[in-house]
Amino acid sequence: MRHTLSVLVENNPGVLARVAGLFSRRGYNIDSLAVGRTDNPAISRMTIVVEGDERVLEQVIKQLRKLIEVIKVSDISREEHVDRELVLIKVSAEPEKRGEIMQIADIFRARIVDLGRRTMILECTGNEGKIRAFEESLRPYGIKELVRTGKIAMLRGSRYTNINGTREDE
Amino acid sequence: MKKSGAQIFVDCLKEQGVDTIFGYPGGAVLPIYDALYESDIRHILTRHEQGAAHAADGYARATGRPGVCLATSGPGATNLVTGIANAYMDSVPLVAFTGQVVTSQLGRDSFQEADITGITMPITKHNYIVKDVRDLARVIREAFYIATTGRPGPVLVDIPRDVSGAQIEYQDPGPVNLPGYRVATEPRPEDLARAVELIARAERPVIYAGGGVVNSGAHLELRRFAEMLLAPVATTLMGLGAFPGDHPLSLGMLGMHGSKYANYAVCECDLLIAVGVRFDDRVTGKLESFARQARIIHIDIDPAEIGKNVRVDVALVGDARRVLSLLIERLEARLPGAWQEKIATWKKEYPLTYEENGRLKPQKVIREIYYATQGQARITTDVGQHQMWTAHYYTFTRPRTFISSGGLGTMGFGLPAAIGVQVACPDETVFDIAGDGSIQMNIQELATAVHYNLPIKVAIMNNGYLGMVRQWQEFFYNRRYAYSELVNPDFVKLAEAYGAVGMRVEKPAEIAPALQEALATPKPVVIDFIIEREENVMPFVPPGQPLNCMLG
Repeated sequence: MRHTLSVLVENNPGVLARVAGLFSRRGYNIDSLAVGRTDNPAISRMTIVVEGDERVLEQVIKQLRKLIEVIKVSDISREEHVDRELVLIKVSAEPEKRGEIMQIADIFRARIVDLGRRTMILECTGNEGKIRAFEESLRPYGIKELVRTGKIAMLRGSRYTNINGTREDE
Repeated sequence: MKKSGAQIFVDCLKEQGVDTIFGYPGGAVLPIYDALYESDIRHILTRHEQGAAHAADGYARATGRPGVCLATSGPGATNLVTGIANAYMDSVPLVAFTGQVVTSQLGRDSFQEADITGITMPITKHNYIVKDVRDLARVIREAFYIATTGRPGPVLVDIPRDVSGAQIEYQDPGPVNLPGYRVATEPRPEDLARAVELIARAERPVIYAGGGVVNSGAHLELRRFAEMLLAPVATTLMGLGAFPGDHPLSLGMLGMHGSKYANYAVCECDLLIAVGVRFDDRVTGKLESFARQARIIHIDIDPAEIGKNVRVDVALVGDARRVLSLLIERLEARLPGAWQEKIATWKKEYPLTYEENGRLKPQKVIREIYYATQGQARITTDVGQHQMWTAHYYTFTRPRTFISSGGLGTMGFGLPAAIGVQVACPDETVFDIAGDGSIQMNIQELATAVHYNLPIKVAIMNNGYLGMVRQWQEFFYNRRYAYSELVNPDFVKLAEAYGAVGMRVEKPAEIAPALQEALATPKPVVIDFIIEREENVMPFVPPGQPLNCMLG
């Protein structure tokens, strides 16, 4: 079972190493990890997708909470949420194939961000399933390079997680 | 007011009530040493940085106050590593300070540079590198706060030489503010109610008590709680002394080398009340068979310990002393019944024993140390057979009197730890019970004991083997004693060379007189006890077996 954890951390050097080290030494599997600072420059948010049963997940959350620089850990996959990944794919695009590729891009609402003599770069955002389908659709044309971000996620509705916990306005 | 980084360091230590630090100077800590030189903080110069870390650890275990050690960058810092890991595994409040190369040279593989914050990340509760002298006071306050609150543990602060040497206009950073650091205080009322209900229903309760009881100072509450429930108490190695070993409800130690009656009681209990413990593999044996008939209540201050190794029925997260007080308020005293009788029968049937055959038995040596010190000494140990014999045959009745490396199992801990204990408790008798293998891992600290005239007594259980290794080889490797036999120095001469007193005991009749003489000698004394070579620690649960499958 995969879980998406939203982790607020102090924006200090070394905090990523602490989190990554915790996962590796306790044998937890990270599926993906995305880090960026929040609207408060002193605080960063890590979105960590972790694979494991309830027991592993409980340990991961508790161990993360023990890290001094970790301010807040929430398992947002337990609630209604939106999640997104972004992928850049450089695909072979001989002139005669470009039309087909552009149609696929249209279907996935992907954008063409670079056009070379024999290649194109496509940018697509979406959840994991969509990204996977997009990748599969382009594979027959010859994927030269693929770069994807980790997943980022946010609760739906007026609920949000901030340093004071998960809450709702008004 | 203008202050140097080193002056801030000294002032912050004094503000924390630090009276003693254990350390070893070197290039990157010279500004700090220079400031210490004129301060009233006592500095104990060990002969190896590992000794400084273990001495600070021993000081902390004996007093409950944070131990402080100081080393230079690079090798000085890496030599602390074992000591820090040791304190981490046993939840000891230790604050380790290291010098570091100047900030402009960081990350360039400079002379005596080691990334000690990177190295110690998995073995500290938290660590810091201070790159700006304006952060130094705040970091030191946080370090002591983190080390001593909640579940205690080591914190390392790495200070580059230009930071300790810098001058600034000092501004007080104010009180500690750590938004991500929370310490559990009160268990949830519904969990408390459920625990009370389980306790009331239990017919065969057993208390399993560990180092958390010592750390929280809950020994009186534990005793009260056990006496109310008439529940027998088995302690872990770390919990020895948390419950009086001579109390009728005491089961002694449980686990791999636990007493038979402790292990039987855990196997047959219907309620296990675990207090300040972490269900270590040396305690549980085969996990699936551990306390199989029992509901489990787990009291611990660290939420991450709940359910880590064993599923529990009720978790009471909080300080052991507070949680036990809350339970005591809600419970009624019980009368003895069939369970107490059964325990008494087991205790009679399966006492801890050894065979007396006229040769020098380590168990007898330790029992004699117990008698000679009226059970009132502070005992440190190394790791191995002698450690287990000490756990079995010295009856500990007070917390913080048995000081031993539990989780990490660090050979070489005993002597430097004894130095820290003796510095902390100058008027008490301190014995280091060691093995002939272990003592040689930090034997250089005899020089420290002599230098500061610390009258530590070192009792070496000398069997010419790495005894515990040999024992495992005897049982599991068909008596193939691969590289576990030792050729030892003459420990008497060695002690004398260091300026200590050396003695040797080879016959049972010599034990008591030698101990009397050692205790009357106001100097460090080493007694080389030439014990029966192939004596084993019994009983013995083979690794991976259930607790009721005991050899011996």
